[in-house]
Amino acid sequence: MALLQIAEPGMSAAPHQHRLAVGIDLGTTNSLVATVKNGIAVCLPDEEGRALMPSVVHYRDDGGRDVGRAALGARVADPRNTIVSVKRFMGRGFADVAHIETMPYIFEETPGMLRLRTVQGSKSPVEISAEILRVLRRRAEASLGGELAGAVITVPAYFDDAQRQATKDAARLAGLHVLRLLNEPTAAAVAYGLDNAVEGVYAVYDLGGGTFDLSILKLTRGVFEVLATNGDASLGGDDFDHRLYCWVLDQTRIDPPSVEDTRRLQMKAREIKELLSVSEEAPFRLRLDSGLSLDLTVSRAAFAEMTRPLVQKTLAPIRRALRDAGLAARDIKGVVMVGGATRMPHIQRAVAAFFGQEPLTNLDPDKVVALGAAMQANALVGNRKPGDDDWLLLDVIPLSLGLETMGGLSEKLIPRNATLPVARAQEFTTYKDGQTAMAFHVVQGERELVADCRSLARFELRGIPPMAAGAARIRVTFQVDADGLLSVSAREASTGVEASILVNPSYGLADGEIADMLRAGFERAGDDLAARALREQQVEAGRLLEAVAQALAADGDLLDAGERAAIAAAMARLQGLVDGPGDTRSLADGITALNRATEEFAARRMDHSIRTALAGHKIAEL
Amino acid sequence: MSEISPDYFALFGLPRRFGIDEADLDRAWHALQAEVHPDRHAHLPDSERHRAMRGALRVNEAYATLKRPISRARYLLDLVGIGTDKIDNTAMASGFLIEQMEWREAVEEARAFGDVDALEQLALRLRMHIDEVTTLLAEQFDNRSDREAAADTVRRLMFLDKLRRDIDDGLAALDD
Repeated sequence: MALLQIAEPGMSAAPHQHRLAVGIDLGTTNSLVATVKNGIAVCLPDEEGRALMPSVVHYRDDGGRDVGRAALGARVADPRNTIVSVKRFMGRGFADVAHIETMPYIFEETPGMLRLRTVQGSKSPVEISAEILRVLRRRAEASLGGELAGAVITVPAYFDDAQRQATKDAARLAGLHVLRLLNEPTAAAVAYGLDNAVEGVYAVYDLGGGTFDLSILKLTRGVFEVLATNGDASLGGDDFDHRLYCWVLDQTRIDPPSVEDTRRLQMKAREIKELLSVSEEAPFRLRLDSGLSLDLTVSRAAFAEMTRPLVQKTLAPIRRALRDAGLAARDIKGVVMVGGATRMPHIQRAVAAFFGQEPLTNLDPDKVVALGAAMQANALVGNRKPGDDDWLLLDVIPLSLGLETMGGLSEKLIPRNATLPVARAQEFTTYKDGQTAMAFHVVQGERELVADCRSLARFELRGIPPMAAGAARIRVTFQVDADGLLSVSAREASTGVEASILVNPSYGLADGEIADMLRAGFERAGDDLAARALREQQVEAGRLLEAVAQALAADGDLLDAGERAAIAAAMARLQGLVDGPGDTRSLADGITALNRATEEFAARRMDHSIRTALAGHKIAEL
Repeated sequence: MSEISPDYFALFGLPRRFGIDEADLDRAWHALQAEVHPDRHAHLPDSERHRAMRGALRVNEAYATLKRPISRARYLLDLVGIGTDKIDNTAMASGFLIEQMEWREAVEEARAFGDVDALEQLALRLRMHIDEVTTLLAEQFDNRSDREAAADTVRRLMFLDKLRRDIDDGLAALDD
């Protein structure tokens, strides 16, 4: 693949230490961790050599917990305290979750994100996901022999802001430094695209355990540009199991099963679904607690028929994504299949029929996302060397962001499929004399009525200078970063006063809650929070010193002698603090001081690199 | 603040005109994002990351503006002092408005009957019509330098674009 023909900013001129970075696919059914070793992305297996870890957490009544394979046995024995498919609950309220009545858990109907009552107390989906991530982090650290510098965590492309934030919070709680949230289809495209050196417009059909994404990407000279994405954040392999489960209940007309039997039936349904991908029929034989014995035969055709509506449900997002991209099915050069559920033959047939071509199934649908995430993590921590593959990901926001206006309508601020990062500013004014506060309601979704969209957060602006009604002009900027996460800032235009913002996420955790969870987590792990904070500051200071030294080596000629001396002084001060006895506060101050001292230098470097980029662009055209 | 050029055309090294080569725009956009995208600065100091973020936001805003003919045309008019208000307040010729009503009735009818084929036919016809109007716009901007006429055409295009979105919404609603 032809690569970007431009010098990379921040590419280290001097060789530096290889930093340990991983990609984590936090899946509904299974989770994986991968890294780049000697230039090749590989999944890191457990001690028995298995890469896939079941996304299952068991809270034991003795206060212990089992995660992954160790928790599988408890699914039937202790269904209430054994959480499967927790991803379906991330950033979701009780009313949002499908088939919640067949789940064995005790839900707490708290406002906002739902919670589960376990034998170890009330648990947020964020905490449960953090258990899974923590095990993967330990697996990676044991395998790589050191502390991780950072991780890329994948999320479904169609995840909204609340679900993304919940995922990021879970990673923080698990002690991971999140380099980036990466959309699963995009991660798959990176792994597939770089491996096969493809160019052109591709579709990624990603049907996981609980989520469906369809992304359309244009691959040109190392640039992965997402043209459009669509999907269904609550449609996946689990729903196929559920159809089969319902069918079995229907066929046998048994009484509503106990929670244990429900689990048994659901697990059997998944097993049969998987069997039917390789054989024409499968026996559904199961002995229930109730004493009943089931003995049915399920044919592939019958299974295809009962799940046809689900397969059809994946076609609507494909049509929408194509329409948004301004393309027709025939414009797609290849369809990459991702996610274990795409092994089902009738799905492959439906996709082939829709696109008029056989989908690409020559890659492992379970691993490709983690591998792509590992490649991106490796690039983000700065491990890439001159001559290595180079690429750029231009991803989009999956759902429009809007503000609630009069009459409960959503006024779209940022349209879906806008390339990230993206920002929009909007001006507001006060309607009362001396008004110093103002409230906003941000929603995500395509519908006109706020009630039909997802409520993301209510923002309260405070500290607006008191003025006559209509005199204050408050410029509110909504910014969505490369992770697809929203942040809001506000400024009064005539006085320049920065208004403070209080955020009340509708389905997220408040910052205080996260801090409490972190503290509790460290205490349990016997970790010293203060020592950890100090270590983090030391690492950050070291990272900064190295980066500035590299920048000086590469572009020092952009500074005059006086400017160089000022930066050198700030560096020396920070280095002194790193070498000193260690004080978190003064290290933080030293970091801020060096950041401030290099601001002008950063501006010139950026300007310089942009000019070089455009000059290179023109030369390439001649 | 950023020293990045304030003119979106100059930012991408393109001539300031309506007719642009989209491939050139895409290439320049990729080259600039390769410099300023947050992923390229993830391991750098905060000051550089913030700087890069501002650059990336601006480059994407510029790209989004120039990529679509309507926003590109509005931006061109804006550069010569024909602002949004003026375009928004232009009175439309009655013939055009009658034409619009006919389009809308056809769309409403197809939506009401859930007629996907009819909607797709309308979308196709509309796309061809939009292409014609866009060609006229290019002529007005680049050959005749008739900005008043161009402003009028942009106004018409905005109506047509709204219609296009309504048809798309109708189709999306019928997808399920």
